[in-house]
Amino acid sequence: MSETKIKSLLEKPVKVVNVGLEGFSRELEQQGVRVVQVDWVPPAGGDPKLADLLSKLGT
Amino acid sequence: MSTVIVNDVRRGFYLDSVALMRFSRTISGLDGVEEAALMMGTPANREIMSDAGLLDDAGRAAEGGDLIIGIRAENKSSAERALAESKALLDQPTARDAEGVAWHPRTLRAALKQEPDASLALISVPGDFAIAEARKAIRRGLHAMIFSDNVDVQEEASLKQEARDLGLLVMGPDCGTAIVNGTPLAFANRVSRGGVGIVGASGTGTQEVSCLISQYGGGISHAIGVGGRDLAPEVGAISTLMAIDALDDDPATEHIVLVSKPPESDVAMSVLSRIGKSTKPVTICFIGAGEMQMPANAAQVFTLKDAARSALALGTDAVENAGAATIEVPKGRGRVSGLFSGGTLCAEAQVIFAAAGEDVTSNAPVPGVPKTDKGSEGHILLDLGADEYTRGKPHPMIDPSVRDEAMIEALKEKSVGVILADIVIGFGAHDDPAGHFAKLLQENATDICPAIVASVTGTEEDPQVRSSQIAKLEAVGVHVAPTNADAARWALSTMRARG
Repeated sequence: MSETKIKSLLEKPVKVVNVGLEGFSRELEQQGVRVVQVDWVPPAGGDPKLADLLSKLGT
Repeated sequence: MSTVIVNDVRRGFYLDSVALMRFSRTISGLDGVEEAALMMGTPANREIMSDAGLLDDAGRAAEGGDLIIGIRAENKSSAERALAESKALLDQPTARDAEGVAWHPRTLRAALKQEPDASLALISVPGDFAIAEARKAIRRGLHAMIFSDNVDVQEEASLKQEARDLGLLVMGPDCGTAIVNGTPLAFANRVSRGGVGIVGASGTGTQEVSCLISQYGGGISHAIGVGGRDLAPEVGAISTLMAIDALDDDPATEHIVLVSKPPESDVAMSVLSRIGKSTKPVTICFIGAGEMQMPANAAQVFTLKDAARSALALGTDAVENAGAATIEVPKGRGRVSGLFSGGTLCAEAQVIFAAAGEDVTSNAPVPGVPKTDKGSEGHILLDLGADEYTRGKPHPMIDPSVRDEAMIEALKEKSVGVILADIVIGFGAHDDPAGHFAKLLQENATDICPAIVASVTGTEEDPQVRSSQIAKLEAVGVHVAPTNADAARWALSTMRARG
């Protein structure tokens, strides 16, 4: 299974979700790469421990 | 006269670190301001601001989702003026607002509704939140590249284990460079496509090797970044081993290059054992390591330049030394001052100096090189991207002015005969680092200055265009070597010739 997923990453055109610095999105767009920019704000009111917990709970 | 500290906290107001660093620089430069920073109130950032003497009670009480304006000024009126200016900067419409750019999803989940076929999440949020975002990504079936640093190594290990179980690759944290199927991600260069696959635990190491391969007429299939600590014992090379598996299985890859700091012996054993099972030739550059027992299909090299040459079967390094003959150094000056923006470029220069038996120290020493201290008298090679220079500041590859202060100091220092520097271009990097460097030299030149030797890591296809960057340096008298390794050798041979 792992081989298939990584093989697919390496063989298909990369499509990116960019979470963070917008400059990376702009540069990818300029190269014709499909990219979705996430308008990210710190989750859980900016509490890293709570954000970590929420990510483990799948929210 | 007593200094004044003022803080203002905006609850639930987020701007990314690049924008905030730009604002911080503007406010710090105002009259009467000693120091200023605009930062998100994460625990790590609050510590940086506290250490810089920028926090009062309001700032100390801020939380991770709050933005803190911290100003230390000579007097109350300067502080108030700077605070008003900071608020005005934060309230100005962003470029995106002005352009009326379309709505962006606020979460990874929403982004995936918009682009269900996405294959990779590129994560560059503050380090405190990076693992949480990466975990969300892998649990939704995405590979992750984590540019963020300041992530706990145990959390890194646990994330990578989970990703491996899901069959997904995690590049990073602190992964600055990758090229996936021809797409440069974060800090990478537009290199030729070809048969060399790189596994890199070092961003600038991967950049130099991929650019030199391209320059020598070869090409890159993929460059998979793994993050600087992947080969640490806590992580056990999880991503490195997955990347080797992937490149071994990849029909486009004919030769694999591994670039990393020297791993500890258990990790090195498992990586070398996996490499020994590969059907492909492998070049290994553990920068700073001594000679190691290699599997039959692997060659060990000691410089980034040799990694590129070995990958293309060009044999070991022929020193391109022609430029050194013309370099003149002021009399009585015996030291080289290396001012690097790339950590692995600094490491490569140390390897060359140490192999030549030179007295050399560094703030980021490779094995066998002492750490620089106040009493260090020999050559000093500094990694200006190291934490002590970039805490709360941009990396010198993004903002070359981080090198200015050290450059001005080295230009004035009467014991310095040669300043050795790197210019790194490509995606993610500053749009004209050589122009900045040249301007600084012109503004600070004196009658008797050290010689300047540099190299430019990049390609003709990069947005900054390598030859144009070289021309700007040469126009102000910088001696530009073809590679970082050659620049180090030019600096050394110049000092020896005069000595």
